[in-house]
Amino acid sequence: MKITRLIIVAVGGQGNLLASKMLGEAALSAGIPVHMSEIHGMAQRGGVVESSLVFGDAESTIISNGEADILLGFEPSETLRALNRCNKNSTVITSLAPIPPFTVAIGKGVYPDLEQLQKLIRSRTCELIAFNALDLAKQAGNIMSTNMVLLGALIQTNILPISADQIKTAIKTKTKKIFLDVNLKAFDLGFEAALKFSGE
Amino acid sequence: MHKLLQEQKGAKIMLLGNESIARGAIEAGVAFATTYPGTPSSEISLNLFQISQESDLYFEYSTNEKVSLEVAAAAANSGLRTLCMMKHVGLNVAADPLMTLAYVGVKGGLVIISADDPFMFSSQNEQDNRYYAKLSGLPMLEPSCVAEAKEMMIQAFDLSEKLQEPVIFRTTTRINHSSAFVDLGNIKPRIVKGRFERDPFNYVTVPAVSRNLHVKLLKNIKKAALESEASALNFINGDGPFGVICNGVSLSYVSDAIKDLKVADKLKVLRIGFSNPLPENLIKKFLADCRKVLIVEEGEPFLEEAVKAMAQEAGLTLEIKGKSDKLFSRLYEFDPAMVRTSIANYFDLPDKPGIAVSTDDLPEIPARPPNLCAGCSHRATFYEVKTAANEMSLDTIYPTDIGCYTLGFLPPLSMGDFVICMGSSVSSACGFAKATDQKVVAFIGDSTFFHSGITGLINAVFNNHNITLVILDNSITAMTGHQPNPGVDMNNFNLSGYGQVKIQEIVKAAGVKHITMIKPFKVKKSISEIKKALEYKGVSVIISQEICSLYAKSIKQLSDRSFYITDKCKNHRDCINEIACPAFFLDADQVKIDAVACVGCAVCAQICPENAILPLPKKQS
Repeated sequence: MKITRLIIVAVGGQGNLLASKMLGEAALSAGIPVHMSEIHGMAQRGGVVESSLVFGDAESTIISNGEADILLGFEPSETLRALNRCNKNSTVITSLAPIPPFTVAIGKGVYPDLEQLQKLIRSRTCELIAFNALDLAKQAGNIMSTNMVLLGALIQTNILPISADQIKTAIKTKTKKIFLDVNLKAFDLGFEAALKFSGE
Repeated sequence: MHKLLQEQKGAKIMLLGNESIARGAIEAGVAFATTYPGTPSSEISLNLFQISQESDLYFEYSTNEKVSLEVAAAAANSGLRTLCMMKHVGLNVAADPLMTLAYVGVKGGLVIISADDPFMFSSQNEQDNRYYAKLSGLPMLEPSCVAEAKEMMIQAFDLSEKLQEPVIFRTTTRINHSSAFVDLGNIKPRIVKGRFERDPFNYVTVPAVSRNLHVKLLKNIKKAALESEASALNFINGDGPFGVICNGVSLSYVSDAIKDLKVADKLKVLRIGFSNPLPENLIKKFLADCRKVLIVEEGEPFLEEAVKAMAQEAGLTLEIKGKSDKLFSRLYEFDPAMVRTSIANYFDLPDKPGIAVSTDDLPEIPARPPNLCAGCSHRATFYEVKTAANEMSLDTIYPTDIGCYTLGFLPPLSMGDFVICMGSSVSSACGFAKATDQKVVAFIGDSTFFHSGITGLINAVFNNHNITLVILDNSITAMTGHQPNPGVDMNNFNLSGYGQVKIQEIVKAAGVKHITMIKPFKVKKSISEIKKALEYKGVSVIISQEICSLYAKSIKQLSDRSFYITDKCKNHRDCINEIACPAFFLDADQVKIDAVACVGCAVCAQICPENAILPLPKKQS
């Protein structure tokens, strides 16, 4: 089976690990082998959370520089920071809603310009899908559903061997009832947002 | 029911490595489990803690790893299957019982988990604990993936009972924190009560007894070597003139490299899963069959040195390499491309070229260091101690300790000058106080104080050192994910039958004459109390009590009321520059407070020179 490597980067609290878990569950029900790894040291203290998911016939649970087929960034500066995981054939999906690191918030660093950031990523990779996932999460009814928005965009690209129905089933089993409608709506909004890029 | 207790044999579920290990212990019929939490091992114990609340499994968070292993040693010598888990540096703390427990041995299976942390994702060093197996003479098993970890746990218990010795089960972060599909097996019934049979001439390790026990240990090592020789955990994959010997997670990188390089006909792999004692005959036979061998192991050249010695004994002169400038480093962790490239280079095989996009010219991306949480009581205490010391013009040294509060060393707080291990704050303070004329103020958390701070404090009292110890009591073991410790009110966990130890009473009983209790969210009062403690000549202790804000939120004890910055703000920015709470942000050059992040500790409101920070009216917050 073809190997597909996905890196997800986020800031602690954005729900990256739950999204990874849902992808894992969906792969399990689809009969796709998957190996995942996560680094979440100090995540609750505002640090970076990174997951890697390797689908298909590989045994490694981590992904070397240049070897990600997809980079999914929940936060634009973190997407840029992880760009060395990509190669010229990689697809990058990123939210454009910044969560400035505290160093920036207190004036000790400069947040990268979002236009330049997109231009850079676009010039070095195969495809960039970039939109404000936070806005769509709000539209879905809860800012905490950013992760579902981005899952929607990820599945739309069709690069992973997982269908929208399969991931939606995983969302249903992994979501508390009161958040389910919001999560599914967020997923659809992300899916539609990515669809707009597929024509380009 | 806890997901790791389900009986569906053959079911396939997605598990985190640590869950897989916990499930393996459950399937092995573990009846008794002890730990001191530490990343990357923490989720193993967390799951067993939960399971113990709905089954007859006994589980305890012990005060430290030494205590944990001693408790476990007794359970295992009463015949129970026992698990003792800790992070790699925890085994340093438990090394004292470990070394002699190896002489004494066990009756029921005892598995000791050492969770190593190459790259130091959340540790102070990346020591390679395979040497503990060598040092103690105990068998060691090392899984290569999540699914194998579960099966290997069961084998570890069986092996321990067969040899009547504890077995060390070594993982690395990439096993603990990876997830994969795991097939569930049968759960062996737990035997939860044992009986201790007196046998002082085998249990009381006076010299005359230990001289015999050491003989017994050496015999057991020989038996273990036979087990290792016959063990399916040491296996050879593939065929070809070249050889790779590897352990642990490196196997997955090696396997992927062989596929990627399409060299299955050129390379065979010896995976060492039973790594002490090593299967000498198997290794020698493997070497004799190879033209050239590469050792792929993270950390120290543990296998490499042993394999080279074996080659020498066998009179083999083939080239064997592992750690070298051009191949593998002793530093950090490996990754698939690094292993592939080294294999290609060493065996002169065509490699896939590196293809990472160039990132040399990217704009500078601001760092995102972890930070003390919004409303963290440690921030308040650090600010207050710093202010008190500055106002007294003290030349200070701040030894600190291991926990969330270690993050206080970062600017702008910059409160943390020296850390080596758990408990070192107070003892190193003693040394600094004698060796210098500087004022020494040490910081330690509640759990770390119980773990290994008490002995240092007693040392300070006995030797009359001039130090101030600040105990940051946030009523929980916060860093590793809110585990209980002896100071915690277990009603918060809805559990009964526990004792509770008051830090203040211990400090008093240790003979400390100057004890100050502060509530760190009362800034002025705290600073004035801290000054009195700093003035005191001798041992003074400040106990700063305020519950961890994250934990308070999780048990719904947080009466959070957000603050906001009114237009009285004149942009002095004392709030951002002095305490740097992550709830602050700059908006068009004005400081604002993120109402969602703010938990209403009100520390910033108390230091604002314009009194410009006020609570939001209730209904808006």
